[in-house]
Amino acid sequence: MDDSITLKGIKEGLLVTVKPEGRWSDLSGRLVTLIDAQGSFFRGAQVTLSLGPRELRQNELANVRKQLDERGVILKAVLSDSTATLEAARKLELRTALHVTELAEEQSEALELRPPPIDPEEYGSPGVMVKRTLRNGRTIHSEGHVVVLGDVNAGAVIVAGGDIIVWGRLRGIVHAGAGGDESAVVCALHLAPTQLRIAGYITISPDDKQRKPRPEKALVRNGRIEAVAWE
Amino acid sequence: MGARVITITSGKGGVGKTTATANLAVALANLGKKVVCIDADIGLRNLDVVMGLENRIVYDLVDVVEGRCKLRQAMVKDKRVPDLYLLPAAQTRDKTAVSPQDMVALTSQLRGDYDYILIDSPAGIEWGFRNALAPADEVIIITNPEASAVRDADRIIGLVEAEGRKIPTSLVINRAKPDMIRRGDMLSVNDVLDILSTPLLGVIPDDEQIIVSSNRGNPLTLDNQKTPASEAIRDIARRITGAKVPIGELERKKGGLFRRLARLFRRSKA
Ligand SMILES: Nc1ncnc2c1ncn2[C@@H]1O[C@H](COP(=O)(O)OP(=O)(O)OP(=O)(O)O)[C@@H](O)[C@H]1O
Ligand SMILES: [Mg+2]
Repeated sequence: MDDSITLKGIKEGLLVTVKPEGRWSDLSGRLVTLIDAQGSFFRGAQVTLSLGPRELRQNELANVRKQLDERGVILKAVLSDSTATLEAARKLELRTALHVTELAEEQSEALELRPPPIDPEEYGSPGVMVKRTLRNGRTIHSEGHVVVLGDVNAGAVIVAGGDIIVWGRLRGIVHAGAGGDESAVVCALHLAPTQLRIAGYITISPDDKQRKPRPEKALVRNGRIEAVAWE
Repeated sequence: MGARVITITSGKGGVGKTTATANLAVALANLGKKVVCIDADIGLRNLDVVMGLENRIVYDLVDVVEGRCKLRQAMVKDKRVPDLYLLPAAQTRDKTAVSPQDMVALTSQLRGDYDYILIDSPAGIEWGFRNALAPADEVIIITNPEASAVRDADRIIGLVEAEGRKIPTSLVINRAKPDMIRRGDMLSVNDVLDILSTPLLGVIPDDEQIIVSSNRGNPLTLDNQKTPASEAIRDIARRITGAKVPIGELERKKGGLFRRLARLFRRSKA
């Protein structure tokens, strides 16, 4: 049996590993055939593509993303040992290292995934850190995570592709996972946003002023946004 | 060195900037300080009215900037106090007639001869606000204990911070109504401070006498009138000069945890 491509369910969705041997055009075609063969089984899945040392250009990655897209499968992240491939993936705003450590722990044997080198430049997810209170009228946009050391006052807006962490009081409007990532979270020492969104979900703060402020984390669970203790 | 240039601003209109400027200027002059106030609200001047100096205006700020008169010629002296002057705004001109650079140049001409230059800012965050902010060494934010005024104050504080000059900023809460606050119908001083996290310079109670005195062009701080607002403003003036004037019952603020505990304690006794 041809094992040039393996599909595996992981916590983040679907891990697709493509062997380094063989021509990309053949292999990407095979990937599409494999997915088609499963009917609608993978529809809505988020794919992490593990490419080893293979060098891919941006248009090659864009192509495979488009083909997956047409099948309702979302290319989310690329794992690669090639800087050129990683660079191309970043240009397409794909994640280049999605929970690599977790992957490594859980699946390393099955995947023969080498432990990732500790190099935040290459593997860390991009983010923004703001070391002051965000006041009314300020907005922060980032494709990565956003960390605020200070309050986020009413009238301030944060839109992040990843998570939003507020080491202070959150009273403004925040949107985590703005690119559609439902696993994104919003954490704050006091979570009282005017409006909170994660991916396509939206909620407002309950109006109970009496409640004692405590650190909370908002996340998507059972099809809605829930707040749990942040510890 | 010389004068400290203090800009009084708010974002939201009608919260009491002009009232505070006029009364603080008089109170500072009564403490023996040399004071100039500048009305930066071009096109909507009214500091002169509140100070009761309207009928003495010959030239204005725009005349100075456009070279039609010397700076000293435009300054109106208030004869009721030792050393108080007003540089009035133009009534008929557009605010773009003056630039932030003009304001810096103008104040630097005055710095050597005075102790305090108070600038009354127009409402909003546009041109006039920029003019008022440009020469500021310090900023006093005026707000009311109302959500919308506090929102705007927060925006203004953010804009002052964004200026990058690290301008010291303090807060005056105007028109506080103690019984409304006690009933929980008005934001308390602590509520406002929780949001704005800016040092509190003082709290001025709502006081009918303010309106009476403004209409007469007779700032409350002029004579030794003792009304709730005039006393609060005199205290603020003394704090500006560096005196340690304790903050009264209404204004009291204690540190985070302690304050909460104290509040809880009070509640449990009630
Ligand atoms: N402490 C107070 N108690 C009662 N009335 C007050 C008080 N402070 C201000 N006022 C009244 O509120 C009104 C607005 O005050 P003022 O003109 O000083 O505000 P402003 O912020 O300068 O307004 P603008 O933004 O239009 O320049 C006036 O009628 C004034 O008399
Ligand atoms: Mg005014």
